[in-house]
Amino acid sequence: MIDDTGIAVAFWVIAVTTVVCALMVTAVRNLIHAVLFLTLTFVGVSGIYIVLSADFVAVAQVLIYAGAVAVLLTFAIMLTPGADRLNSETAFQGPAAVLAGLVLAVIVFVTYDTDWQIDEGRVSFAATATALGRAFLGPYVVPFEVASVLLVTAMVGAILLTRDEEEEEGTGA
Amino acid sequence: MRATIITDNWWDIRDLSNLSGAILDVLDDAGAPDWTLYVVSALLGAAGIVAFIGAVAIINIWVERRVVGRMQSRLGPNRLGPFGLLQPVADAIKLMQKEVLQPRTADGLVFSVAPIAFTVPGIVVLAVLPWGRNMTLANLDVGIVFILALSSLGALAVFIGGYGSNNKYALFGAMRVIAMLISYEIPIVLALLGVVLFAGTMNPVDMVLFQENYWMFLVLVQPLPLLIYFISASAELNRTPADIAEAESEIAGGYHVEYSGMKFGLFYAAELINCVAVSAIIATVFLGGWWMYKLDEIVPGWMIFIGKIYAVYFLFVWTRGTLPRFRIDQLLSFAWKWMTPMALVNIMLVAAEILIWKETGWSAGLLFPIYIVVNGALTAGLIVAWVRFMGPKFTRFPDRPRFYTTIDVPSLPAPAPPAA
Repeated sequence: MIDDTGIAVAFWVIAVTTVVCALMVTAVRNLIHAVLFLTLTFVGVSGIYIVLSADFVAVAQVLIYAGAVAVLLTFAIMLTPGADRLNSETAFQGPAAVLAGLVLAVIVFVTYDTDWQIDEGRVSFAATATALGRAFLGPYVVPFEVASVLLVTAMVGAILLTRDEEEEEGTGA
Repeated sequence: MRATIITDNWWDIRDLSNLSGAILDVLDDAGAPDWTLYVVSALLGAAGIVAFIGAVAIINIWVERRVVGRMQSRLGPNRLGPFGLLQPVADAIKLMQKEVLQPRTADGLVFSVAPIAFTVPGIVVLAVLPWGRNMTLANLDVGIVFILALSSLGALAVFIGGYGSNNKYALFGAMRVIAMLISYEIPIVLALLGVVLFAGTMNPVDMVLFQENYWMFLVLVQPLPLLIYFISASAELNRTPADIAEAESEIAGGYHVEYSGMKFGLFYAAELINCVAVSAIIATVFLGGWWMYKLDEIVPGWMIFIGKIYAVYFLFVWTRGTLPRFRIDQLLSFAWKWMTPMALVNIMLVAAEILIWKETGWSAGLLFPIYIVVNGALTAGLIVAWVRFMGPKFTRFPDRPRFYTTIDVPSLPAPAPPAA
């Protein structure tokens, strides 16, 4: 199935689009444009998931990243002063390049290190959502719950850090 | 096969899948390769949906203006053609003729892409919904999540439209859209999660079959999610009780203030299309889709479905015609302080009910009537309790307008006497 012409064409179109958009995120000067290219990158990644028959992950990718995360990023950019809205040179360029290189190295290493089991007989994956749900509430319930608690902690922490005590006393809240 | 008078002949348009099936059969017999069948079936389905969307965008302008006019004791468009039926055609011709202006400082590509990006999700949603027993373009196992993902993309399109205009009021509207999306996405997801839990599937096709199997609409056991979804969706659609993103009287049209000609027309049509899409989602998930007790054996399923879409659409027009616009703080606090907690309460209740149903093995015929009563009572109780304890206090003879608070306006210094 993965060797099918249609699948191959879809993969290359999606992959090239995704990589080009990802490069544009770092290349464009306008931060809002960067966020839009990032959104396209997210959509492209979800397209790759679809090519891999992971339907639930693909849709969740669009919902969470292209929907929620992109909106949060826009929110963050719009609420910062206009002077910082340019994708200009910063002191973090060097460390960021190093970090990106390390992430790339890890991914390449994992790709080559993993013993990929290619199942020739399987043509389609049935109901990935059910399997994911069973995995989350079965063998992986502890990591799942820990992740939820971590997110709540992060949320409460963010509220605590940004709370303005004087303002709250002023409104009597 | 169920007893039905709908035949399998290709010319029997009561089941449109006969026609597409016949075309595919002809292709298959002619020895066409497999991929052409996929392409042709995708194109056929897409053509059907786009034709429906085109008709809807034209007809609903007239429907909406006439119905709202009737509700507000005025006539609405009634000059051009019988009952003003040709008015939308004239509007469309006018919009196409108009020059498409673009501000010199606008963000060119972003400005142009926004109306298209706003229109596409509403059309694509209709592809995963079942229009009849055999009439689904894309039978997705994760259909409900797909719908949710698309609905969040539309708001981003509105934002880039407002941002790309490089206009103060457009940016206000865009930021309001983003704030609303962040607030209302959560109740929407939680409300639909309750229904998904109950039906045990995320596939819209299976959801309709569930309702057919248990001989009831899901709204009966899930009235609170319908209410939450309806309110949240009307907020995401920027329709009048919640249209603070365009708010003509405050920010002059909001995100589409700089748009003109067909780009504005696309925004205008996309709002109607999105509204129809949301109505279709409600009709499928809560109101049984193409299934209608015994009626779907006589009347084609897609006609029943369109009828249900328009019944829900009428509710949207009704709220638009009768309710005034809320302030943004009212809308946001309503989402966070009422709808999100209520949706969470509903999820816990549904989870308990499903657990009872699956674990005890009692028949659905026994349990579902109890659930209907319990959930209905809970919904009514929660609404009354919220109004009583968290809403504005009720006074029989208010001494000032109830929804206004008085603020101290600093008095201006007396004007200096004019020089002689």
